[in-house]
Amino acid sequence: MTTLAPIGRLRGRTAPRRADVVFRGSTRVFGGAVIAALGVVAAVLVVSSAPAWTRFGVDLITQTTWDPVRDVYGALPFIVGTLYSATIALLIATPIGVLTAIFLSEFAPRRIAIPLTFTIELLAAIPSVVIGLWGVFVLSPFLRDTVDAWLIATLGWLPFFRGPSFGVGLGAAGVILAIMILPTIVSISREVLSSVPSSQREAMFALGATRWEVAVKAVLPYARSGVVGAAILGLGRALGETMAVTMVIGNGQDIPVSLFDQAQTIASKIAVSFNEASGGLQSQSLVAIGLILLVMTLLLNVAARLLVSRAQKGPAR
Amino acid sequence: MIITSPKRLGALALAAAFAIGACSGSSSPSPAASTAPGASAAASPGTAGPAAPSGDVSLAGAGATFPGPLYQVWVEEFAAVHPNVKIDYQAIGSGGGIKNITAQTVDFGASDAAMKDTEIAALPAGTKILHIPTALGAVVMIYNLPGVTELNLDGPAVAGIFLKTITKWNDPAIAALNSGVTLPGTDIVVLHRSDGSGTTNAFTTYLGAVSDTWKNGPGVGKDVKWPTGIGAKGNDGVAGGVKQTPGAIGYVELNYATQAALATAMLKNADGAFVAASVDGVTAAADAAAAAFPANFRAEPIINGAGANTYPIASYTYLLVYADQKDQAKGQALVSFIYWILTDGQADEAGLGYAPLPKAVSDKALAELHSITSGGTPIWP
Repeated sequence: MTTLAPIGRLRGRTAPRRADVVFRGSTRVFGGAVIAALGVVAAVLVVSSAPAWTRFGVDLITQTTWDPVRDVYGALPFIVGTLYSATIALLIATPIGVLTAIFLSEFAPRRIAIPLTFTIELLAAIPSVVIGLWGVFVLSPFLRDTVDAWLIATLGWLPFFRGPSFGVGLGAAGVILAIMILPTIVSISREVLSSVPSSQREAMFALGATRWEVAVKAVLPYARSGVVGAAILGLGRALGETMAVTMVIGNGQDIPVSLFDQAQTIASKIAVSFNEASGGLQSQSLVAIGLILLVMTLLLNVAARLLVSRAQKGPAR
Repeated sequence: MIITSPKRLGALALAAAFAIGACSGSSSPSPAASTAPGASAAASPGTAGPAAPSGDVSLAGAGATFPGPLYQVWVEEFAAVHPNVKIDYQAIGSGGGIKNITAQTVDFGASDAAMKDTEIAALPAGTKILHIPTALGAVVMIYNLPGVTELNLDGPAVAGIFLKTITKWNDPAIAALNSGVTLPGTDIVVLHRSDGSGTTNAFTTYLGAVSDTWKNGPGVGKDVKWPTGIGAKGNDGVAGGVKQTPGAIGYVELNYATQAALATAMLKNADGAFVAASVDGVTAAADAAAAAFPANFRAEPIINGAGANTYPIASYTYLLVYADQKDQAKGQALVSFIYWILTDGQADEAGLGYAPLPKAVSDKALAELHSITSGGTPIWP
């Protein structure tokens, strides 16, 4: 009979206190607000671009003519330009980034690794427009006179290296983007590589492997999906980069083929045209291609997150 | 309540500072009675200017980048004469100016190109916008050819270059205009605007006038589908691109070429003379076209005007104001500012690379000012 009283006291203590209720409620509200903000952005984009979609339908994505005088809009050159420049950036930045990450996590002594990591992350802090200015005034003339000239002379028969180079163009944009996504790839890859359990390395060393073989054959395969996730996150950033790309990409109207062609990305097109766009169909079409970019970036980011979280749970599958 | 904690004292002081700042920042416009038309002696109709604005007024304007430097100078000088009026002008582009004045988020807009019929139809119902011309500018061809100090071009040659039918500098069409000058056999690198702009509008109007292929092809507008060339953002982007690229040609507003000391081509005008871009050439063009200035003030760029000294590509730039001003005090300040621009302000233009309005046009604009009302009564009767 006397055991009933303690049970009664216990039940009183598990009832929620008011402070906890308020705290839980307010954090739910803030969390929901963040999701709601994303939803509002997507909703506004869809609603504002609806007239353009009803007018052009799928032609907005498949046609190549963007003519404000005749009010005909097809964004295929910009979509191709976006994917092409991001791919070039990825091809340049991924090998350099992954090798740098391997160096930082496997080989570098602490007194080099820490300042080097800091410097690479500093690269991410440089404002986009400053890198764009540097690209226009320093990188483009340099590329035109040295790298591009050599590529045209030796590989000019390939369609990818055809044509005169003016410095600004798809190639310059790809190099600038590579510089901008390098910090992302390096820092995420380094974290993923560091989280590989040392038992993997020790087992490989015990078998008589060199340090390089340990890095490439034991550590990297274990963290493979994490490194791929880092690359995809870098790709996501490259897709959305605006100011630096606008300044160096040359703003051409056609689908780019060669690295030295002038091109445009979705982000650069919106940046240059939105201010002066006449309020009707032109603005709506610009919002529509913005929606396309948002969808592309969201899908890529979701894929990257899934890959990175899988890597941190265990070995690559 | 005694405040003992320094943190609480600091927070209270901060809150007090904000409260005081907020109270004094809002300008209280003078009641309508004291600025009623005819109340002050200076507002005698016809001869003298409009009454000076009394009380603190702040005006917000936005629009074209081309007259940006000129408007900044005017805002400063007007503030020296009327310190109680604070004007803020944001150069965001002609399209932005038109969008903002349509949405009534600014007190006045600015645009290089007059509003189109579709844009006028989009105005709020029952409202009317006045176009007040303030200055004239020219579109000049800049080029980068080391060793070539003087270059003559005409309409068909320029159109051919931008249509990609003329691809090399020593093309017969260009060589024929430049006897005695050795032109290199290099490719012409065309630079155009990547963003929409009034400069493009004036330039494409010229190309459409001199070339039917251009008129039926890319057409005329603030933003067109360019057949060839590299796009650069803004007048300064085109100027920078031409400066950096040997063999390049581009088009910019006159004051950008003057300020950056770029080599400009001489264009053949309607009378057959090759004219360099200058303030005088633009003024000559405006004078010749002054009689044809339309009654609704929405003039097209002046292309191939008559006259021996006329420069072939000139265009007006406008201020856009509502004919009926909602706020009496702001309307008063606006009328006063525009009157000052059309009279004293015109003297500043030549020094900055813009051409002053011909007298016939500024007289028409001044007459138009009388029709600005507030609540039905004219501000400057």
